[in-house]
Amino acid sequence: MPSNAAALWRQYRFERRLFWRNRSAAFFNFLLPLIFLALFGAIVSGHQNELDVIVPGIAGMSVMSTTFTALAYNLTFMREQGVLKRIRGTPLPSGVYLGGLALNAVTNTAIQIAIVVVAGRIFFNLGWPPQPLTLVVFVLAGVAAFALLGASLSYAIPSFEAAPAVVNSVFVPVILVSGVFFDVKHVPGFLRDIAQALPLEPLINGLTGGLVAGHGDINHHLTALAVIGFWALVGVVLAVRGFSWEARRA
Amino acid sequence: MIGGVASVETAIEVRDLRKSYGELEAVRGIEFTVRRGEIYGLLGPNGAGKTSTVEILEGYRERSAGHVSVLGFDPNDRPRELRARVGIVLQSSGIYNYASVAESLSHFAHFYPHPRDVDEVIELAGLTEKRDARARTLSGGQRRRLDLALALVGDPELIFLDEPTTGFDPAARRGAWQTIRSLRELGKTVLLTTHYLDEAQELADRVAIIKGGRILAEGSPSELGVGGGSRYRVAYANGDGDPTVIETDDPTRLLHELTGAALARGEQLRSLSVTRPSLEDIYLELTADA
Repeated sequence: MPSNAAALWRQYRFERRLFWRNRSAAFFNFLLPLIFLALFGAIVSGHQNELDVIVPGIAGMSVMSTTFTALAYNLTFMREQGVLKRIRGTPLPSGVYLGGLALNAVTNTAIQIAIVVVAGRIFFNLGWPPQPLTLVVFVLAGVAAFALLGASLSYAIPSFEAAPAVVNSVFVPVILVSGVFFDVKHVPGFLRDIAQALPLEPLINGLTGGLVAGHGDINHHLTALAVIGFWALVGVVLAVRGFSWEARRA
Repeated sequence: MIGGVASVETAIEVRDLRKSYGELEAVRGIEFTVRRGEIYGLLGPNGAGKTSTVEILEGYRERSAGHVSVLGFDPNDRPRELRARVGIVLQSSGIYNYASVAESLSHFAHFYPHPRDVDEVIELAGLTEKRDARARTLSGGQRRRLDLALALVGDPELIFLDEPTTGFDPAARRGAWQTIRSLRELGKTVLLTTHYLDEAQELADRVAIIKGGRILAEGSPSELGVGGGSRYRVAYANGDGDPTVIETDDPTRLLHELTGAALARGEQLRSLSVTRPSLEDIYLELTADA
């Protein structure tokens, strides 16, 4: 039997190849952040303060959509289709299979963050990231927390038909309160408190430090990092307890 | 090897198996033994406990009580070595829609220590013409054959087939039966679940009829067919033309009496027939709701 590392690499490459074959899904996956960047870039063009808010906001949203949303959808789809059950009946270790799915999602995150960084440099006058370490640490922390929470959420989705409603009822309110499109300072106090307790606002906080000059190094964002770490732990507990390999019987 | 060798002759052993879902007792003390190299059929109506039994043997479900051994392992531990030696065809399971038949098979082949040649498996499953077709373009029957191919690519010793031909047209069923028979020729052990009598009769060396979580009868299809007290069924139309059926263990005596009485009345016994009950009759009798 192949080693787990070789099996993981093989599984990852297989998932990657199939990801590109579903052209419409692949296309919209990368088009969405570009559309948002173009739209908001046009709306606030010339107002550097607002661009400084929008670009990290969209970077944070990209982390969430490529991991949380994508895994909640994919795992629900694979579970309801019976792919998970089939895989579970083979000698492929479960961790290797799930690792392949996670790496596939993380690759999309990396591509989207690269798109946002390059667009920020070329179109939005942000320069190259002033704090690359902060950027990388927060992207990794965000990926871990949101991937685990997405896997956990799939358990709460009873059928694939219900997936868009369930996922969007979490995704849309979270991106609205977390300051993706505006500075969270303008949000009423109680909503801001909620946003700061959720993982996206702290992620955008850290990404702002990484992408926009003048927000200090990583030491200025440790509270935000701690909040994301807390959610990653919540995600571990929920994912391990709740994960299901099989479609629920009607 | 730990636990890997139980018996040279026995592939599956089930003793007093029980499974409850809350209040519902789906499996109530099932016992059977599957010998190596045989095709063993579990036959029964929907909801009889077949799938619960098989899914316990496959390692998908925990049993509530009883003893189970599959190739010498306890499937509940889900040992990787057991999964490498077993092939599973589920009633319905998803495939990678965007991968071709050959790609899926060669990907799955890498999960196993000693896989079979991919093109050989494609031919065995009758998918040669669809080798490079993506799974999403396959018909229902072709997907089912891909299910079988994916279960065979690891060259398993034991194959679980859960309702393998449901939804097939008659020609496709005969094709699938031929493939399943060829597994026996390769020395494989097959546990077949089906609610089709003809399928059990065609394929299985031995059959267990399950209903309400219990085994009602077990034996070779021909033994079961003449079982139930070796009864014969004598049918004829009486003097008023009404069909009459009499079951008997002694058809010689019964026929003598019937024909003697008819001759004495100067009548004929029209539509006279003497039959032995088929597996189907036994099955319907055993599984009828009392």
